[in-house]
Amino acid sequence: MLRSVILFPLIVSIGLPLVVHFGGRQHGGISPSVLPRVLDAFSFFFIIGAAYLPTAIASYSLVGEKVEKSLEPLLATPITDSELLLGKSIAAFLPPIVAIYISAAVFMALINQLTHQTLGYSYFPNWSIGIILLLVAPLSAILSVQASVIISARASDVRAAQLLGGLIALPFLAIYVASEIGSISLNANNLFIISAVILLVDVILFFISTKTFQREEILTKWT
Amino acid sequence: MIDAWNLTKKFDEVTAVEGLTFHIDEGEVFGFLGPNGAGKTTTVRMLCCLISKTGGEARIADYEVGNTADSLKIRKIIGLVPDNVGLYDKLSVYENLDFYGKLYECTEKLRQENIEHFLKMLGLWEKKDVAAGTLSKGMKQKLAIARALIHEPKVLFMDEPTANLDPEASKTVRDFILELKKENRTILLNTHNLDEAQRICDRIGILKTRLLTVGTPQQLKESLGGVKTEIQLVQVNDAIVSAVKKVTTHKVEISDNKLIIDVGNIDTTIPTIIEAIVSAGGRIQSVTEFTPTLEEVYLKTVK
Repeated sequence: MLRSVILFPLIVSIGLPLVVHFGGRQHGGISPSVLPRVLDAFSFFFIIGAAYLPTAIASYSLVGEKVEKSLEPLLATPITDSELLLGKSIAAFLPPIVAIYISAAVFMALINQLTHQTLGYSYFPNWSIGIILLLVAPLSAILSVQASVIISARASDVRAAQLLGGLIALPFLAIYVASEIGSISLNANNLFIISAVILLVDVILFFISTKTFQREEILTKWT
Repeated sequence: MIDAWNLTKKFDEVTAVEGLTFHIDEGEVFGFLGPNGAGKTTTVRMLCCLISKTGGEARIADYEVGNTADSLKIRKIIGLVPDNVGLYDKLSVYENLDFYGKLYECTEKLRQENIEHFLKMLGLWEKKDVAAGTLSKGMKQKLAIARALIHEPKVLFMDEPTANLDPEASKTVRDFILELKKENRTILLNTHNLDEAQRICDRIGILKTRLLTVGTPQQLKESLGGVKTEIQLVQVNDAIVSAVKKVTTHKVEISDNKLIIDVGNIDTTIPTIIEAIVSAGGRIQSVTEFTPTLEEVYLKTVK
């Protein structure tokens, strides 16, 4: 699972620059006036990745322990609910976010290499990708992790948890589609607004996860 | 060390445990015997603060079960061997124990010492780097026991520790429990295995939602009348039974061609009974003294 979490964004980070390089080749390549919008849209994939990838680990976090019957001895230790949830969250958060950062570095380097001649300058790094990588992506990953952990605590099997966890990426896909059809611009201001909304949801989910984590229900209903 | 007063647990309309009152001394090995669904696991879970109680009170050492502030303190001084061992299959034997040692906030030195100590005691030291998922059932059970002991708990809860183990593995686990007993650890053991309960436990409680009886194995056997004598005859008839009842006030049971007499002292009473049987024309095949088994006590109690 960990390998696919790390490999997938790497593949995307190489694939997208290749799309830029080979896309529109028949018509002389993507024009310099359109290219920045395309690159900003592609940058948004790192937010989608940050929202989706942690679900693979986080959705297994508690329901996996239930299935493996390892939850009871774990809950019998002097670990608090907050410590347990935080530990599960960090374990689900770190590998995808590290993979996203490595992939973003590869993506930016390849894009600069492939588009410098067209644009006349290196497009990355810029404010948009900075906000995406330093704010929106980590906050999206946190949202994804928290939602998946909440789902995992209530699901009865791993597949159900992973299916439901995958739905978390939908709002981000919707934003991407909206940006593509011109309903929303992924400029720095809008990215800040998106970050603020995600941060608010993160805080709400944190309180929900700690208030609604019920050891007894998890142990007696699902084991 | 462990006290419960009227401990009760209900799940919606179902009463799993009702009015449980008992005391376990420090260093005692106490066994709960009972059929499936008797409430043994539920009782252990309540005492381990894994689930809440519906009623009653319980204390472990100086801490109150069910009190949020005391729950963490209780979990620090207890160890649990659940009926499903629940190891991390991809971690090695050593890593499983090290992980749990960290959860119990053991220092690195203590973890290393205890891991080596218990793995050597349980014969798992050679397999310390092997993935837990590759171990046999018996070895996993032993690893689960080591995991419960890593932080040197005062109280150990063991939920059917020898279930599904072969005789050799069961013996190893039982011998290990007897070694723990010498270390003055308080142990509460859930088991179906009557022989195991007899061999290991200082006292046994027979549970079927309610606590039906408590006592040492010997006390429980004597509760069914103590030592009995079985006289096997070629044939039993009314004349023989009548003759026997004239010379003894002890209870006489008739089963096939056997007379079972509630008499403990074979030296003083039985010769008189034998004389009476012979005088009434009875032909004796054998005379055997026996004590009711724990199985008979258990089956009679839970019926």
